[in-house]
Amino acid sequence: MAVAEQGMQGAGGGLALLRRAEPVAIPVLALLAGLMVFGLFLLTQGRSPLAFLAYVWQGGFGSAFSWQNTLTRAAPLLMAALCVALPARLGLVVIGGEGAIVLGGVAAGAVALPLAAMPGAVGIPLMAMAAMAVGGLWIGAAGALRHYRGVNETISSLLLSYIAIALMNHLVEGPLRDPASLNKPSTAPLTEALRVGELPGLSVHWGLIFGILACIVAWVLVERTTWGFAARIAGGNVRAAQVQGLPVGKLILGFAALGGAFAGLAGFFEVAAVHGSANASLAAGYGYTGILIAFLARHNALAIIPVAILLAGFDASSGLVQRRMDLPDATMQVLQGIVFMAILMSDAAYGRLPFFKAKG
Amino acid sequence: MENDLGLWAVPLAVIGGAIRVSTPILFVSLGETLTERSGRINLGLEGTLVLGAMTGYATAVMTGSPWAGVAVAALAGALFGLLHGLICSMARVNDIAIGIAMMLLGTGLAFYFGKPFIQPAAPDLPAIPLGGWSSLPQVQSALNVNVLFLIGIAAALALAWALRSTRPGLILRVVGDSTDAARAMGLNPALIRTAATALGGAFAGVGGAYLSLYYPGSWNEGISSGQGLMAVALVIFARWSPVNCLWAALLFGGAGALGPALQSVGVTQGYYLFYAAPYVLTLGVLIATSSSSRALAGAPGELSITK
Amino acid sequence: MPLFNARPTPTLSRRDLLRGTAALGGAAALSALPRPLRAQSGLTVGFLYVGPRDDFGYNQSHALGAAAVKAMEGVTVVEEENVPETNDVQQSMESMINLDGATLLFPTSFGYFDPHILTLAPKYTDVRFEHCGGLWSEGKHPANAGSYFGYIGMGQYLNGVAAGHVTKSKKIGFVAAKPIPQVLLNINSFLLGARAVDPTITCQVIFTGEWSLAVKEAEATHALVDAGCDVITCHVDGPKVVVEVAAGREAFVGGYHADQSSLAPQQYLTGAEWNWAKVYTDMVTATLKGEPIPNFVRGGLAEGFVKMSPLGPAVPDAGRAHFEAVKAEIEKGGFSVIKGPLKDNQGNVVATEGQAFLETDPVLEGMGYLVDGVLGATS
Repeated sequence: MAVAEQGMQGAGGGLALLRRAEPVAIPVLALLAGLMVFGLFLLTQGRSPLAFLAYVWQGGFGSAFSWQNTLTRAAPLLMAALCVALPARLGLVVIGGEGAIVLGGVAAGAVALPLAAMPGAVGIPLMAMAAMAVGGLWIGAAGALRHYRGVNETISSLLLSYIAIALMNHLVEGPLRDPASLNKPSTAPLTEALRVGELPGLSVHWGLIFGILACIVAWVLVERTTWGFAARIAGGNVRAAQVQGLPVGKLILGFAALGGAFAGLAGFFEVAAVHGSANASLAAGYGYTGILIAFLARHNALAIIPVAILLAGFDASSGLVQRRMDLPDATMQVLQGIVFMAILMSDAAYGRLPFFKAKG
Repeated sequence: MENDLGLWAVPLAVIGGAIRVSTPILFVSLGETLTERSGRINLGLEGTLVLGAMTGYATAVMTGSPWAGVAVAALAGALFGLLHGLICSMARVNDIAIGIAMMLLGTGLAFYFGKPFIQPAAPDLPAIPLGGWSSLPQVQSALNVNVLFLIGIAAALALAWALRSTRPGLILRVVGDSTDAARAMGLNPALIRTAATALGGAFAGVGGAYLSLYYPGSWNEGISSGQGLMAVALVIFARWSPVNCLWAALLFGGAGALGPALQSVGVTQGYYLFYAAPYVLTLGVLIATSSSSRALAGAPGELSITK
Repeated sequence: MPLFNARPTPTLSRRDLLRGTAALGGAAALSALPRPLRAQSGLTVGFLYVGPRDDFGYNQSHALGAAAVKAMEGVTVVEEENVPETNDVQQSMESMINLDGATLLFPTSFGYFDPHILTLAPKYTDVRFEHCGGLWSEGKHPANAGSYFGYIGMGQYLNGVAAGHVTKSKKIGFVAAKPIPQVLLNINSFLLGARAVDPTITCQVIFTGEWSLAVKEAEATHALVDAGCDVITCHVDGPKVVVEVAAGREAFVGGYHADQSSLAPQQYLTGAEWNWAKVYTDMVTATLKGEPIPNFVRGGLAEGFVKMSPLGPAVPDAGRAHFEAVKAEIEKGGFSVIKGPLKDNQGNVVATEGQAFLETDPVLEGMGYLVDGVLGATS
């Protein structure tokens, strides 16, 4: 790899700088290339690509208001992506984050009723822990099935997420239903004390900060602790890891559960900061978007932050594009598909572009 | 006129549902089996399914022929699969991630171009009334079998035989089990995988056409409830065997019909839990038939998620 | 071979680059951005739909209403579709207010009210939020929010009357999404309308659990027809699938939300349709004139909020006459569908002899039962 070579060469002057820029320049070039392809698509539809870009900017990143829009959308995505990225370091492909988010939200909503008399300082952490416990259990189950029964975690986590959504609907419309929530079955609304508010000065809730913190914690775990080191080895070669005596089973369970816990936390914030109760709106597709973010970020927890913000920005601007350019909302999906394919395809370009190669 | 079957309505509905609902799942699974046997995983088939549904429907509306729709859907699916295959042939590109991105792209393109086709009605694919021997309309309806279902069964058997006993089947399996062995044989793994992915995409496109041209038989943005994704998962469940794909699809489709059928005979408590039945059943069977030692028996050696 | 590239973390991360690029590129683009077209002296009205605009159903009925508003002088309409009932709708509404200058918003899905409209209304006091289906109440909700809805239950009653004249099996079927009061009222009205023709008729209901799930709706329709129902109606967001599958099984169909007769011309009996065009144009006209919109607006057939599709070819002459007579009676006012003596299907008394609930009665908006004669349960 280019960067590894650079490390070995030591000070290589300008070449070293060029090599350093490669991992960053290539995705950026890919992003631009994807935007250009999409621009061509727009031209065939009789729309101006420049106007489109301007609206994406305006809607996603161009003003304080758009930033609030983008950051609010990014908050749950950060944690949803961790649910994929953490097990991925062990070589597991978990795509069931949606289920963990949904059940985490239900747990928070369910726990809120007996906690109604509690002050926020006590009740909120308890709700969050309940959400994280349930989310962790759900994805941990997929990990356990993989380790103890050899069940492929991709299919088991997907099945579990569909089961989770059905369970959520059943609970929210049945045993946990608030009788006053006639037209939109929900759990009992949270008391004011149990609600999570907005960051000071911003119209964004605390979930954003905790999401960023979660990413940092995850990164430190993976890159700077022995657990993370062991996980990366196991992810590279399970047999070698077992020969070394690494506790592969514990690692699988631990990382899967941790990923699920973060997803459950996202569910908690949806309930405590956005909806005020648990209901069917919890199944908003964040889990699936999280899969894409995690892969785009190469499962690097810190890289998840800008990728989630980029994706959230696209989503935030989609409404403006719809209205101003008279384009259907599917347009944004096409854009995202093209751009993300371009960025993923750029993997192939590492070490191959002549610009970045050693001369002589 | 009383045709009240009482509790017999439930197993009959399960059979009817198994036949009706399983067809698109079967086609996607068969296509993905081919792709995964060659060593690639294509999660983008959900997008291909929806794209096939849209192009099939649009073609049928414009030409008046549902079979033309099926053909165009297969072509669209093949092209989409080809795209996936070509991109993933590039070094270091992660096929799972590309699959998800293509799922997004396929669905987006289908919804975008499909807007003008939501209102018009398209001619349906023909069905063969295999239940004519019964005087009960319920039986007749349950056994009203679509031609594509029969084609699907034939395809499953044909693929199973081809993989086992023909030269192209052997080539596919070698490429899927070991890239090095394939190269040693003088084969071009990337080319074969791309072809397998394209063919898999064609199958998925046909599955999509079934959704929009027969059952439920209309094009709109809610046409797929994740069937493409489930079908890819079912391939692992079926241990990459085409005939097992048939059983898996039937199981899944039949279990999906349980919920409404039970409600119609008065079992109304907890209907959401019954709607979860196909997933619970699949998971249960998966757990029961797996063990940590022979976990992925039959998995193609080069498949990224099983390495 | 590892699944993921074991590449060491780059020292200068992608994150910083992406952020920087966005900042650079945006500044240039923004200066070239054409200013949005805003109605100079007129009004900008925003519509938000929870699903696609052309779903042959709920959202389409609202889009048709929006189209009527677009035709009005001095009014600009902005629309957004597929807005989920999450924070997204708050962002979309704020975007319409801040970037499009909208001062009258129609968020058309029920789930938009609490907490989304309730969060934004106090923040933007010069904007009017008109919510479809909500239960605005004085003192509890902000003054710049309001709710409107139509008494479409009466429409389902009329569907039932037509069904009663056509059914041979004396069993009619209803594909329902979720057992919430609005849906339960529709189911009950459908049955009671049929029973006005023949008191032995029963109605089988199947809940799909989701507002829009094509395969489940198709399966439910098949299950209903298998159970012997020969007239089917529904309450889901997009009735297209139910109508087509029912017609395919040679059952008759009652439409809902919008006119689906083109999907099954021979089997379509009639349909309960929204007439939002009237509601929206009235509200916009009032706003243009500077008059206040009442906070709680309801209307039925008589007020033109709801209308019935033309009767299809399958309804016999006697049925037509009866249908028109009942319709005229409803339009006169004072008609009650839920009236005593009436029990629910668990045996509890819902209305005693002589007791009658007008369509305007708020008690009906809290309905939690299925009347006697409906086969199914609310939970």
